[in-house]
Amino acid sequence: MTTAELMDYAEVVTRFDPVLGLEVHVELSTATKMFCGCSNQFGGEPNTNVCPTCLGLPGSLPVVNAVAIESAIRIGLALNCEIAEWCRFARKNYFYPDMPKNFQTSQYDEPIAFNGWLDVTLDDGTVVRVEIERAHMEEDTGKSLHVGGATGRIHGAEHSLLDYNRAGVPLIEIVTKTIEGTGERAPEVARAYVSTLRDLLKALDVSDVRMDQGSLRCDANVSLMERGATEFGTRTETKNVNSLRSVERAVRYEMTRQAALLADGGSILQETRHFEEASGTTRAGRRKETSEDYRYFPEPDLVPIAPSREWVEQLRGTLPEMPAERRKRIQAEWALTDLELRDLINAGAIDLVAATADAGAPPAEARSWWVSYLSQQANNQGVELGELAITPAQVARVIALVADGALTNKLARDVVDGVLAGEGEPDTVVETRGLKVVSDDSALFAAVDEALAAQPDVAGKIREGKHAAAGAIVGAVMKATKGQADAKRVRELILQRCGA
Amino acid sequence: MTELTRLTAADIAAKVAAKEVSAVEVTQAHLDRIAAVDHAVHAFLHVDTERALAAAKAVDDDVAAGRPAASPLAGVPLALKDVLTMQGAPTTCGSKILENWQPPYDATVTRRLLEAGVVILGKTNMDEFAMGSSTENSAYGPTRNPWDLDRIPGGSGGGSSAALAAFEAPLAIGTDTGGSIRQPGAVTGTVGVKPTYGTVSRFGLVAFSSSLDQAGPCARTVLDAALLHEVIAGHDPLDSTSIDAPVPPVVAAVREGATGDLKGVRVGVVTEFAGDGYETGVAAAFTAAVEQLRELGAEIIEVSCPSFDLALPAYYLIAPSEASSNLARFDAMRYGLRVGDDGTRSAEEVMSLTRAAGFGAEVKRRIMLGTYALSAGYYDAYYGSAQKVRTLIMRDFDAAFAKVDVLVSPTTPTTAFKIGERTADPMAMYRADLCTIPSNLAGNAALSVPCGLSDGLPVGLQIMSPALQDHRGYRVAAAYELARDAAQGGPLINRVPELEVVH
Repeated sequence: MTTAELMDYAEVVTRFDPVLGLEVHVELSTATKMFCGCSNQFGGEPNTNVCPTCLGLPGSLPVVNAVAIESAIRIGLALNCEIAEWCRFARKNYFYPDMPKNFQTSQYDEPIAFNGWLDVTLDDGTVVRVEIERAHMEEDTGKSLHVGGATGRIHGAEHSLLDYNRAGVPLIEIVTKTIEGTGERAPEVARAYVSTLRDLLKALDVSDVRMDQGSLRCDANVSLMERGATEFGTRTETKNVNSLRSVERAVRYEMTRQAALLADGGSILQETRHFEEASGTTRAGRRKETSEDYRYFPEPDLVPIAPSREWVEQLRGTLPEMPAERRKRIQAEWALTDLELRDLINAGAIDLVAATADAGAPPAEARSWWVSYLSQQANNQGVELGELAITPAQVARVIALVADGALTNKLARDVVDGVLAGEGEPDTVVETRGLKVVSDDSALFAAVDEALAAQPDVAGKIREGKHAAAGAIVGAVMKATKGQADAKRVRELILQRCGA
Repeated sequence: MTELTRLTAADIAAKVAAKEVSAVEVTQAHLDRIAAVDHAVHAFLHVDTERALAAAKAVDDDVAAGRPAASPLAGVPLALKDVLTMQGAPTTCGSKILENWQPPYDATVTRRLLEAGVVILGKTNMDEFAMGSSTENSAYGPTRNPWDLDRIPGGSGGGSSAALAAFEAPLAIGTDTGGSIRQPGAVTGTVGVKPTYGTVSRFGLVAFSSSLDQAGPCARTVLDAALLHEVIAGHDPLDSTSIDAPVPPVVAAVREGATGDLKGVRVGVVTEFAGDGYETGVAAAFTAAVEQLRELGAEIIEVSCPSFDLALPAYYLIAPSEASSNLARFDAMRYGLRVGDDGTRSAEEVMSLTRAAGFGAEVKRRIMLGTYALSAGYYDAYYGSAQKVRTLIMRDFDAAFAKVDVLVSPTTPTTAFKIGERTADPMAMYRADLCTIPSNLAGNAALSVPCGLSDGLPVGLQIMSPALQDHRGYRVAAAYELARDAAQGGPLINRVPELEVVH
């Protein structure tokens, strides 16, 4: 599709009301898979974390992972859902090579959690309440790797490889009710919802929530209705949305694409579309000639789940401080203005700063690092702040090294660059890059003497008492020591040498 | 035929323990018998001589070393239905789609047998994926009934029951989804038991219909069945539908029944299971059996279970629905047959070609039935209604068991029919399970015990018990078996015609 087939966004929102529906899949970070004892570890050699059950071998049977149920209930509670007193798994039947049984064991019309909400704060502080339809449990499929084609897609591939390590990984699917009335802010609401949900799941410690690794995946349903219309338009479902930024872009793109079609008298095809990260566009998935009939029926190999109210209340007691409350507390503790707090939140930095402070750094320093230098690096890399390859503990260590005088601020940035480049822990980077402040006076004297000898006229002025002239020598020494010297000390040594 | 193959499992175990005979001798005798007669019967799909002898040797070593027997059946040979996995042997389920498939794990039933020192001789023939009542649906050719080689041995577990009737094994394991243990037991003059659903693990049992499938013991005597029952039953954490409850005391019940006293036992005769469609000889043998129960002191009460008439149609919606999903995994991607993979075809095409070539007609018929019954727009009318019928049948059972301790009926309406007689008429074939299906739908316990001959062919008496009350049926069956043998001049099974022996 060319851009000529898109409507200008400003026009879109004057003519149409967008309606969103967001489906988020979360891979739980349980030790084992949903229905067997295999390790639930991301990565690993293909087909090593498998057993008869997750390979769907004849005669194998599933047994529900109790920790996964616990996580599902905690997620449901954190999303203000009701928890089912009795629910079941169902089989979703369809054929696909990376699905070992050719059915997915999933909850269908009896989810474990339903009817909840999540308050989402937008960049300007506006709070939008997103209603949650349901959160249900299911198992992930394996992965297909299509080999030989130019695109990595199935079309044109010479053959496909199947990796079942992911087959049977526990998933929670969180489905919103339709989100209406957000107007031009729909893309921002979508991003903020996923972002808020991610923070919540992280606080619950139930998932790695890594969008880049697929442990948090968002499908965005988007439709438009003409301003004043009462019936929803036809929706599309966009998959392959692998970052927060992509969520926003995908929704925005679909709005402009659908609006152009509708304005032209066309109609929207109810279909699955794929987000293309590089171009920021969506493309239609493979068309199916008939609509899929999944022939759901209750999974006869599993017994119903009936969480007792006592257990549910006990789990409610294990919920951590929710991110929203935590922010209020942190704002008070760090004495932040509303604007400062919002900047922190918008930079996606608040939890990182808090974690850095928890690791021993003064909150103000931690905030400064994350909001300025590290935010710039994230921008340069085109990733979220939290996706940078540095941990709050590492940032705290760098801050400590500066406080100790072992690093200057400039050196500290070099150390951070080294950590980001995968060179290891801060101390390792200091070692391997040789970034320690040169505090050995004899080494500095040599550099000072050399610089004085190179600029005899300047040296003369200093000896005459013109201390300001020392700046030129300091500069030369700093250059010669590649910035590893403490400038203040260098100045002292120069004056000492010149007997001034 | 040596005397060893005529012994009961209980006697074999006792003689092995007493060093009167070695387990290796017993095993060898059965392997010889298989070699001599299985060409005619075709009960086995796979026989593992070396492994059987090695297992027997291990039992003999235990005996020699004075170690306690692993179980009351240590050293007894057994035939395992080819629907249960066993490492080191193929599991085919009677299907071409699993030809030569070697499972990498043991079924829980298999594991329990091995741990009990039971000697597994091999895997027995069956209707493909346990779908059928005659074993004619096996992709590897039919099994023949030792009572008349032109007749079917029942199904789907015809291989297991024929192996017993042909004295190729004293014990066998079957699986019963709609009668696949009891109906073969009835038409071969052997004992077949479907335990309460959830009391024998389904882990490693290749699923036909998950909510109905149940493995159980097959034997020539009620006591042998009970001994085997206690070896294979018990809670299994690997099967979520396994019941965490003590195994019903079935062996003790047999000993109690063997006193020959059924005073105080209320026996309900299901009135719906009589009339048109029941062979005269079957009805006569059944009536005589009921009379015998009365003579043993039981109180006979007629009980109506009106919903049982709906059991067959409900079964043929539920079982195929589950089967259509359970059998979806046979797609050539990971194991089993692969057809058409010539480098030009897509995975979907290969799946389709493989399933077209690998499944037999009856399996395809049921996959289509089930796929249809689960389809959007039909689900409520078919699968949904069938589940409601299932509830009605459970209520009929509940009402009946409020009045009686056990229910009885003929196991199957006719004696063994001729091979080929019903293959063109699926409905006629399906009616073989008319009386056995209700217990599968309700998940309770039922067994078949031989109750006489009709025109020289065995007839079975079905005894149904409430869930987890399996021992009630065993008690009645044991008492009846003793009285029957006394009245009919010794065990019925001894009247199986001699088979032609190949040397």
